Amino acid sequence: MLERDISETLQQQVHNAVVNGAPLKIEGGNSKTFLGRETHGEILDVSGHRGIVEHDPRELVLTARSGTPLKEIEAALAEAGQMLAFEPPHFGDNATLGGTIACGLSGPRRPFCGSARDFVLGCKLLNGKGEILRFGGQVIKNVAGYDVSRLMVGAYGTLGVLLEISLKVLPRPAASHTLIQECTQAEAISKMSRLLSQPMPVDAACYHAGHCYVRLSGSEQAVKHAHEHLGGEVIEKSEPFWHALREHHLPFFGSANPLYRVMVKPAVPPLEIAGEWLLDWGGAQRWLVSDEPVAVIRERVATVGGHVTQFRGSENNGEIFQPLAAPVLVIHQRLKASFDPHGIFNRGRIYANL
Amino acid sequence: MPVFKDGLPCNRDAHEDLIRKLRELLPPEAVLTDKEDLRPFECDGLSVYRRLPLVVVLPETIAQVQAIMRFCHALQVPVVARGAGTGLSGGALPLSDGVLLSLAKFKRILHIDPENAMATLQPGVRNLAISDAAAAYGLYYAPDPSSQIACTIGGNVAENSGGVHCLKYGLTVHNILMLKVVTMEGELLTIGAETLDSPGYDLLALMAGSEGMLAVIVEVTVKLLAKPERAQVLLAAFDDVYKAGEAVGAIIAAGIIPAGLEMMDKVAIHASEDYAHAGYPRDAEAILLCELDGTNAEVSEHIMKVREILHQGGATEVRTAANEAERQLFWKGRKSAFPAVGRISPDYYCMDGTIPRRQLPHVLRQISLWSEEYGLPVANVFHAGDGNLHPLILFDANKEGELVRTEEFGQRILQLCVEVGGSITGEHGVGMEKINQMCIQFKAPELIQFHAVKAAFDPAGLLNPGKAVPTLQRCAEFGAMHVHHGQLPHAELERF
Ligand SMILES: Cc1cc2nc3c(=O)[nH]c(=O)nc-3n(C[C@H](O)[C@H](O)[C@H](O)COP(=O)(O)OP(=O)(O)OC[C@H]3O[C@@H](n4cnc5c(N)ncnc54)[C@H](O)[C@@H]3O)c2cc1C
Repeated sequence: MLERDISETLQQQVHNAVVNGAPLKIEGGNSKTFLGRETHGEILDVSGHRGIVEHDPRELVLTARSGTPLKEIEAALAEAGQMLAFEPPHFGDNATLGGTIACGLSGPRRPFCGSARDFVLGCKLLNGKGEILRFGGQVIKNVAGYDVSRLMVGAYGTLGVLLEISLKVLPRPAASHTLIQECTQAEAISKMSRLLSQPMPVDAACYHAGHCYVRLSGSEQAVKHAHEHLGGEVIEKSEPFWHALREHHLPFFGSANPLYRVMVKPAVPPLEIAGEWLLDWGGAQRWLVSDEPVAVIRERVATVGGHVTQFRGSENNGEIFQPLAAPVLVIHQRLKASFDPHGIFNRGRIYANL
Repeated sequence: MPVFKDGLPCNRDAHEDLIRKLRELLPPEAVLTDKEDLRPFECDGLSVYRRLPLVVVLPETIAQVQAIMRFCHALQVPVVARGAGTGLSGGALPLSDGVLLSLAKFKRILHIDPENAMATLQPGVRNLAISDAAAAYGLYYAPDPSSQIACTIGGNVAENSGGVHCLKYGLTVHNILMLKVVTMEGELLTIGAETLDSPGYDLLALMAGSEGMLAVIVEVTVKLLAKPERAQVLLAAFDDVYKAGEAVGAIIAAGIIPAGLEMMDKVAIHASEDYAHAGYPRDAEAILLCELDGTNAEVSEHIMKVREILHQGGATEVRTAANEAERQLFWKGRKSAFPAVGRISPDYYCMDGTIPRRQLPHVLRQISLWSEEYGLPVANVFHAGDGNLHPLILFDANKEGELVRTEEFGQRILQLCVEVGGSITGEHGVGMEKINQMCIQFKAPELIQFHAVKAAFDPAGLLNPGKAVPTLQRCAEFGAMHVHHGQLPHAELERF
């Protein structure tokens, strides 16, 4: 395992960029470049800044440099019987911790166990003035100062370069079973929404190709009991299915049409938008493959209080993320200016004027 | 008693003008100016800091809040928001030339949506009222601060409050979905969404724990959880505090995340026992309360495991609550620890530092050494699972010099927490109280960044000014900057 601290080199590059007024494009493993809007600039390569700085399993905390490959972190955790409970998608072999957190991506466990942002405890950050700042920490509770570390999650590197990240980690469940049942989308939605108000050890639920999949995890006894209660067929060796769902390897994701991420309240009935649907996160994150114009999709989704991201296959200079209300955008612009006053980091990656 | 200097010079005419205008905006009974009426608002739960506001307003609609804010912004009058006033860091301490904006009239539960397991609330709804209302659907709101019968959800968001169950279920930030807030400029913003995430920056995370400095929260949508099928609590007694600390680590190392994992030392055990009669063993040096929840089967399995770990860890006694009533009783002892300690000492000062759990023996030893040195007893109550210490320093404010010594002792504890890799506050916030200690935990550029975050929401700096984030000037005076730099950093920078 490679360990290297190149924060000084990165800092120097930021200083140079400020002096030259030249924007930077932050890159880790280059696995998530397809996400968000296109951004231009000299590449700030964080992938050399790597290594697990600290992992004490008893503290349930891991700290690593942002360029550390995600799979290296997952392997170290697995060895201690632990995991990243938000089950991050990698979207490529080279995925790094920094990219994962900057994009704020979470996998199937998210609605039941929490998101990437929920597990971030602290970070070391290089801001647009070339200063190295620390926020949060390595303890589970910390309310000193504003929660800047969580603000970084999903900011796509537009506020600064993540150098080091501390995460809360959890023990792996002793047992895990997946139940499958044939049903319609509407039936799956009400079944999955009922799970939310039942004390069941569910840690993933999705609807795909006419079937509802429910993953139970916990102690042997708990899983066995819940299975008896819920019924359905057990899929032997379900791991590859959830992996393929998380990584978008299912054939559904291979379509030539654009892929949309539609976020709604989980119990919202099936949306009448032409296309193919796959429902993850118990119905709260819906994937849509459709050739309808994005404006039509957004308008329809807005009527149920949801929002839409153009995830794959759309023009990468348009409104990839749902546009913000004007006064909220103003706050975004002021925040951007405060962290990155010269506007050098990942210009326009999430919104044209950020 | 601390002395305050206020920002604006006292200007009678301006003040009268302000009050007249507020009366135009609000019904007469919603604008308080008489001394007796202002008195209840002079402090929060940290009553060593007191100050009367110029005026208290009690709006009951969002439009009224917006009008008040616009108007105060135009007149450059500072505003402090207040929920139930149970805060323990002076966050809701009024300004004598400012408006105290009470959210007390916003106490309606607007909507419970069992299908999506969420609830929408006005900010003045009490924490416990949410779970009470959700119970009909088999749901509850997880964060449960000990003050939950009194504190408001708005205050909980502003402080990012935790409770005894936050090791497993998270803090307030993990259990909220959407906020409606009014900025100092009077703008109504929606932050977050009813969906699991929202586009743009995670402003919801910034709002959680923002101590009323960024915007006034006027509506909160929270996540509800299914009530676990069964919850069971174990009480373990130890003849040594450090063994109890070790046992905490051992439970977690075994891959079990208890719903709650709390520790109390002898002084706290005795005080609680006298007050709540929970049946705690008086001869123990420390007790652990370990709650396990989940399905019936899972709880049974975990109880067996945890009992074994506790015995192996040297527990002198391990009890399982015989029934729900006894479980409630075990918790009652813990949840009433603060008032219980309040009975055995004229005053107490509650600290709120966090540390990596492995540092517990070291930190407890140091606290007990200092306790002797200062001649001030300490009762330790500890959210052991998540490393959040609440040493309660017992003192008598009427005794010459005791408050000053208590504060000095407290400050050393917080400094130690930072030194061992922790934080000066786990859940009570910085407020007025720990503003100097912020200079220990953060360097100048970090504090500057915090001020800039505030300015993004409140460019005029009128919302709860002077709290939570110290000016660099203040840190220089406090003399703590040298901890990081040896000399005052960034001498060229403007002082806030
Ligand atoms: C006996 C006791 C036990 C406690 N136990 C715990 C505990 O276990 N865990 C824990 O975390 N805390 C605990 N606390 C502290 C306190 O109860 C919490 O901080 C609580 O969240 C404060 O809520 P409140 O409504 O009383 O807020 P207040 O004290 O009124 O205000 C707190 C802060 O929030 C701001 N604020 C309040 N409402 C709003 C709003 N609507 N919009 C914007 N800002 C607002 C205020 O300006 C202030 O800065 C305890 C306190 C006591 C007295």
